Amino acid sequence: MNARGLGSQLKDNIPVTELSASGTFEQRDLLRKGLPCMKNELLPSHPLELTEKNFQLNQDKMNFSTLRNIQGLFAPLKLQMEFKAVQQVQRLPFLPSSNFSLDILRGNDETIGFEDILNDMSQVN
Amino acid sequence: MLSPKASGTDTPGPLFPVGAEGRQGVLGDLGCQAPAARRGRGWDVVGGCDAAPEPQPGPLHSVSRNASLERVLPGFRIPRAHKTGTTIAGLVFRDGVILGADTRATNDSVVMDKNCEKIHFIAPKIYCCGAGVAADAEMTTRMAASNMELHSLSTGREPRVTTVTRLLRQTLFRYRGHVGASLLVGGVDFSGPQLYSVHPHGSYSRLPFTALGSGQDAALAVLEDRFQPNMTLEAAQELLVEAITAGILGDLGSGGSVDACVITGTGAKLLRTLSSPTKPTERPSQYYFAPGTTAVQSQTVKPLTLELLEETVQAMEVE
Repeated sequence: MNARGLGSQLKDNIPVTELSASGTFEQRDLLRKGLPCMKNELLPSHPLELTEKNFQLNQDKMNFSTLRNIQGLFAPLKLQMEFKAVQQVQRLPFLPSSNFSLDILRGNDETIGFEDILNDMSQVN
Repeated sequence: MLSPKASGTDTPGPLFPVGAEGRQGVLGDLGCQAPAARRGRGWDVVGGCDAAPEPQPGPLHSVSRNASLERVLPGFRIPRAHKTGTTIAGLVFRDGVILGADTRATNDSVVMDKNCEKIHFIAPKIYCCGAGVAADAEMTTRMAASNMELHSLSTGREPRVTTVTRLLRQTLFRYRGHVGASLLVGGVDFSGPQLYSVHPHGSYSRLPFTALGSGQDAALAVLEDRFQPNMTLEAAQELLVEAITAGILGDLGSGGSVDACVITGTGAKLLRTLSSPTKPTERPSQYYFAPGTTAVQSQTVKPLTLELLEETVQAMEVE
């Protein structure tokens, strides 16, 4: 299946947070980020950083592609339709959505990953 | 409870160098990258738009900081997760599977724990021995256990050993070997007793007997020599104890006593400290010093004048 739609969402760079206008207004965290260095912000700091960022997307691409090959075009199309439909239902315009139905569809309600146990709730973005 | 003991890694550098964040070993910071679907679990972020740039995920921030620290300060080295030793072994016998492990956890050349548990519970009839970095093995197996419980509740069936193996190797492959956990998964399910060995990069093999860890050569030598298919429980237990003992005596990184776990169709039995090939060393003399042993040369007393600045009373609700 042509997974171009998903591919365009792949992140291959690390956003420069200090120049972004929509980030929170906080000082540079010297203890966590270290001395300012443009190279650190533009290049991945660890070989797994990019693969982890794009992990969900890559998994989706792979699964939809397999599904397309085995069961035909409609199977992944229907699933993606359900994902999109479920993401339409949000809270008030300025509030973040819990994405509860999306979690259920993806099966995240029945799995525990490192992002659940080692997560810092204040950093969940 | 993350074990702070790093028991070894095969790769040259751990995923997250052990630093100020805590001695949680390689896995300590792995989980903070919440996928897009998990976003918004709290009220933390205003603006649910997908296109908002995210700050660097939690744990990875320390990687670049540590690298820049090493660059800026001469002679400074970030402490790395250290390789230790383990001997773990398992074999399939007539009625089930028996797993065994030594009990020493080391940090470089110092023994950190003389009696640690290396046989982890995954399901009532599936247990897993872990070698490699202790924290990685511990956290990976705990997560596998939780996921298996959820999965079996969802399917309504007893968990299978192949499911556990697949779960583990998919996780390990995802992190490309940076999670340094070598695992021996053994258990009994509807298709009989099975034993799988899973390596840090995600490869696995199904074998009738195997050993992992730094003492694997010694243990495998014993197992290769005397293993027979369809052994009785007593013979299998004796062989396993001898294999682990060979690892304990022949490998510097393994020591302590032998733990075993017998899994049959009816259930599992964890046999802690099944055998101690070495006696604990006797201290040759008393190391207790009576007060007054060290002569006091001089004494200065300086009173600290403290002034009470502020006093707050907070009522505590006791039900």
